[in-house]
Amino acid sequence: MSFTEYLILFGGMGLVTYIPRWLPLFFLAQRKLPQWFIDWLSLIPVAILCALLAPILFTDQPLRTLDLGKTEFLVAVPTLLFAVKTRSLGGTILVGMGLFWLANTVL
Amino acid sequence: MNTQGSPTPAQSDPPPNPWFRDGVLASWPICFGYIPIGLAMGVLASQANIPVWAVAMMSVMVFAGSAQFICVAMLAAGASIWSIVITTFVVNLRHFLMSSAMAVHLYGLRRRFLSMFAYGITDETFAVNMTHFRKGNWDPMRAITVNQTSNGAWVLSTISGALLGQFIPTGAFGTDYALTAMFLALLLFQLHDIVYVLTGLLALIIGTAWFLLIPGDSYIIAASISAATIGYFFKQYRETKR
Repeated sequence: MSFTEYLILFGGMGLVTYIPRWLPLFFLAQRKLPQWFIDWLSLIPVAILCALLAPILFTDQPLRTLDLGKTEFLVAVPTLLFAVKTRSLGGTILVGMGLFWLANTVL
Repeated sequence: MNTQGSPTPAQSDPPPNPWFRDGVLASWPICFGYIPIGLAMGVLASQANIPVWAVAMMSVMVFAGSAQFICVAMLAAGASIWSIVITTFVVNLRHFLMSSAMAVHLYGLRRRFLSMFAYGITDETFAVNMTHFRKGNWDPMRAITVNQTSNGAWVLSTISGALLGQFIPTGAFGTDYALTAMFLALLLFQLHDIVYVLTGLLALIIGTAWFLLIPGDSYIIAASISAATIGYFFKQYRETKR
């Protein structure tokens, strides 16, 4: 990508990140946000993470076909178990990388 | 426009320590957390062939950890600029809540100060500043010092990571799985109850189906918004049944 393309991308990302941080402060919203909106927003992180993971785990991305036996998915199971056991972000990343590397070397 | 008022509000009992030192000290736990994540983000960005100057530019212009990781993953997958910007918007909408809560403690300050303060609101700086504000020994100058020290740590560690990443061959030691593993861990930490689990499963199913049926990368926004909406109605239904 060219400098201009990066500038448009990061400028756009910066703007849409800054506006939600800035609007309430600037207008000093004393009014509370509606509860339904707060509840809905709290589900957004889980939903986005799963949406991002879906094609990585379950599809052949270049071909856009279903693939339920991918190494990515097989490695995800022990990686998740490790995360459940340790609750460690750094550790889970390292274990995931190690298992994936191992799986690709052995298989 | 309100141009009156100073950044430091009138206080009957000013804290004894200089604001800069207090702010830097309070930001230590955040920096400690940002440095490894920033390094990882820089390494992954360089693995995705994003140049060092672009990593620096992104960290300064965006300053949002998860959105930057998602941006790297989407660039690596060949996503369009617009879909990355829209995804960033949805991911960072949560800061709207934090900024609203923070406004209470920054009442009556100059709008220029508020506009600068807004740049540094992240999950972590928000949590630290709110804790100190609730304890009552905090003021806006100390709070913005926390924001900007954390920002400095983030920018420097992502640049260091990008420089370091150039010496690691692409895909070596499973680095191409690092983002997936991070998403998995972050996902797990978010599963507070059955509503979240259901929302996640729905997003996986809708996301997979959407990805297979519809070209482009609208699956991220489509799956996350529809899954969160269904999850929300499920939560409502559960609460009325009780």
